[in-house]
Amino acid sequence: MASWPTETKYISHSTLRIDAPAKVTGRARYASDIQAEGWLYGMILRSKWAAAKITAINLEKALKIPGIKAAVTVRDGEMTARYYGEELAAVAGATKQACLDALRAIEVTATPLPHVVHETEGLKEDSPRVWAEKANASPGRQTDKGDVDAAFPECDAVIEGFYTTPVQIHHPMETHGNTVSWTDEGVTAWASTQGISSVRDGLAGGLQLEQSQVRVITEYMGGGFGAKFGPGVEGLLAARLSKAAKAPVRLMLTRFDQSLAVGNRPSSFQKIKLGAKSDGTLHAFQLENYGTAGIGGGGSSEGGGGGVNFPAPYIYKVPNVRVRHTDVAVNAGSARAFRAPGNPPASFGMESAMDDLAVKLGMDPLELRLKNDPNKTRQHEYKVGAERFGWKQKYQKPGASPGPIKTGIGCAGANWGGGGNKRTQGEAQINPDGSIELRMGVQDLGTGTRTVIAVVAAEMLGLAPDQITVKVGDTRFPPGPGSGGSTTCASVAPTVYSVCQEALQQLQMQSGIADARGSNWFDACKKLGATPITVHGKWEQGLSSSGAGGVQFAEVAVDTETGLVTVKKIVGAHDCGLIVNQITLESQINGGIIIGMGYALYEERVMDGFSGVVINPNLETYKLPGLADIPEIELILVNMPERGVIGIGEPATIPTAAAIGNAVANAIGVRVSSLPITPAKVLAALDQVPSPIAMIP
Amino acid sequence: MSDSNPEGFGVQSRRTFFKSVGTAAVTAATANAKSVAAELEKANAEKLVGPGAISVTLKVNNQPLHLQLEPRVTLLDALRNYSSLTGAKEGCDRASCGACTVLFDGKPIYGCQKLAIEAQGHDITTVEGLEQSGELSDIQKAFIEKDALMCGYCTPGFLMSLTGLFEANPHPTADEIRHACAGNICRCGTQPHIMQAALQVAGTPIASKTEVIHG
Repeated sequence: MASWPTETKYISHSTLRIDAPAKVTGRARYASDIQAEGWLYGMILRSKWAAAKITAINLEKALKIPGIKAAVTVRDGEMTARYYGEELAAVAGATKQACLDALRAIEVTATPLPHVVHETEGLKEDSPRVWAEKANASPGRQTDKGDVDAAFPECDAVIEGFYTTPVQIHHPMETHGNTVSWTDEGVTAWASTQGISSVRDGLAGGLQLEQSQVRVITEYMGGGFGAKFGPGVEGLLAARLSKAAKAPVRLMLTRFDQSLAVGNRPSSFQKIKLGAKSDGTLHAFQLENYGTAGIGGGGSSEGGGGGVNFPAPYIYKVPNVRVRHTDVAVNAGSARAFRAPGNPPASFGMESAMDDLAVKLGMDPLELRLKNDPNKTRQHEYKVGAERFGWKQKYQKPGASPGPIKTGIGCAGANWGGGGNKRTQGEAQINPDGSIELRMGVQDLGTGTRTVIAVVAAEMLGLAPDQITVKVGDTRFPPGPGSGGSTTCASVAPTVYSVCQEALQQLQMQSGIADARGSNWFDACKKLGATPITVHGKWEQGLSSSGAGGVQFAEVAVDTETGLVTVKKIVGAHDCGLIVNQITLESQINGGIIIGMGYALYEERVMDGFSGVVINPNLETYKLPGLADIPEIELILVNMPERGVIGIGEPATIPTAAAIGNAVANAIGVRVSSLPITPAKVLAALDQVPSPIAMIP
Repeated sequence: MSDSNPEGFGVQSRRTFFKSVGTAAVTAATANAKSVAAELEKANAEKLVGPGAISVTLKVNNQPLHLQLEPRVTLLDALRNYSSLTGAKEGCDRASCGACTVLFDGKPIYGCQKLAIEAQGHDITTVEGLEQSGELSDIQKAFIEKDALMCGYCTPGFLMSLTGLFEANPHPTADEIRHACAGNICRCGTQPHIMQAALQVAGTPIASKTEVIHG
């Protein structure tokens, strides 16, 4: 049975990100930086209607614009556009300016159709149908456990709340897109993707090519967060334009495009009823949730995990449960997986309800969690984290903080699956001069995958990480999984382990040196003569596990005169399994917390019901956290080597918004039950201005 | 706006603004809009260029860059797409993300908000120009040491904003660092490490508060 070494030089220590020098000098070439010989610009024309029958698209005038080499429509013949921003046509030209001119020259004949863009409207039976053949609201999926109706009267304390979360947009700094070259030999795509294999398969399927005719390369990419798995409509359009123009086409989305068409986290509108016995033991839980995943209605979100349903009552054990989820289709871009799909809304609803229940019971909310959370890891993390955070010293009754700027604290827990992908493979070439190259068909999103490969290989071979050449991001390398579900590290590390074991075995056999590691490495390699060794390895069992628990504590200051919430501090205690590389692990957790903070306070796709358009399709009005918003973040990394390698990307983002929401409620003594917690909502909760969500039933 | 100059807006007073526009324009302002346009067109006639491509010479990282560009091409577009300097990134093309930040005569600006023709005669520095004789700058080194980057797409922009800050102020406070990076967005969440890197270069390093415990 494979097992990790216990005494380590690199694993569980910190190795600086091996591709950082390329990134701080501008040498790293992202998909959007590719300048293939003779490349053209590509741009997409999008629907300006929230819903319309498109009867004709005339490209003639566009093709006459100087510099334009190709123009294509997304579909032949008539089509129905179902949301503002849906792709209609695309052009390729020598310059961006020519493409902009060409987009303006395309003539679209359309008949606008009635539309619906708000979930609450979409719930109504007479709302304009997104899909003619079915109602916008799904029948709903109900699950029952125990007897909820009998259980609520048995409770000593019952709370009811209506907790809502917005549609959140991924907004990676590099937009979606590709440079695609389609020649007689096949297609090469430089893709900004989380899954080179899924892009390869998507292009092959969409273009009716053999998979062997498609090569996808992703050396560097500028973030994905769940939205970048397939080639997308934009990838297929780039390929078709390349074929028509007989030149490579770089088609990167604009920030505007990014806001409309390439994924989002579904909204949730959660009616929760939660009851407990007088000692705090949870007894009954009921959830009625609806939300929208856009036109997909939860059914067809690219990358999976984009539907509106989520686990409830989340991390808690309750004997009597009734849960109902309703997907509401609206005329808006489809949802996609977004960092820990389902979990941040699940956490916000349930953890808010827990705190509201704690208030009703007169209990410390941390006590209520310790009483009801069955997970031993989180129990431990709550205790250690509370100590570090100073929970006991800081805790005051809700609203007890004096003065106009009130401070408050809150906490919340997270749960995630993860685990390794057993289909992961890798190979290594060991050269007679002692150099070694590891090749894996995975991609590094900025999570530190390259560095993890170097760290594990260095440890196994007794070398230093900078002696390992790591090559990823090419479908010509042995296949690896898409980077999703916090599975990459647990897929990659055990695979590198087995590649290195295989390499040592071969090297030792061929060189006759019994232990080729460390100081013997170069002597052993020299004995290979003129021929390098290449070895292949597969993911091995016993070196990774699934399941990750984490808890976070938040301290906020709320200005009750302006409504502004400032996060002062976050303490995160997270199960890290076997820590592979500490410094990049810390970056991952920070990143999760900060996206969670954006979800808590700033981010929301806002749509106009009258026109059906997204009214904040840019980064001036869709607000992301900036450097000045970042609180003090303290991390407690729970190293559990016996568990092997696990993933952290997703658990780190789950509880942040709930912890901040609870801290706000603790500060001002009333619940702001709708994310994002904007100044206007804080003032409304304090009865200083009318509630912006008063119209929602 | 200074109190002693109630007419002022920004750094220009109304008086100097009119002066800079020219007397012809001020006179015309009282007439109808059509004649304003006619006057301006006449005044600018000798300066009109385009709409076709013209020769543009930029000075980037102390090297001349000769390009043929339409006048509407931005500095960012010129760097990324008409030369091989792809270090400055395009994240929004509308002055809201900061990934395209470059130095313009030593001051950070958004490359997407300056036309290439306007940048002629000025010193442009991109992230590719930070390394001096094979040695990384202090802030580049600090970014590596503190892991102040993840996907790395926003990194060139942050580096240029901070380089501009350190040139003007070698020992900034944390608040001055926050202010200098107010126009830069990172989605991966590298801000805590960016702050650590910047404070290290500022000479006031802060220790990481991460603790490793055994489960």
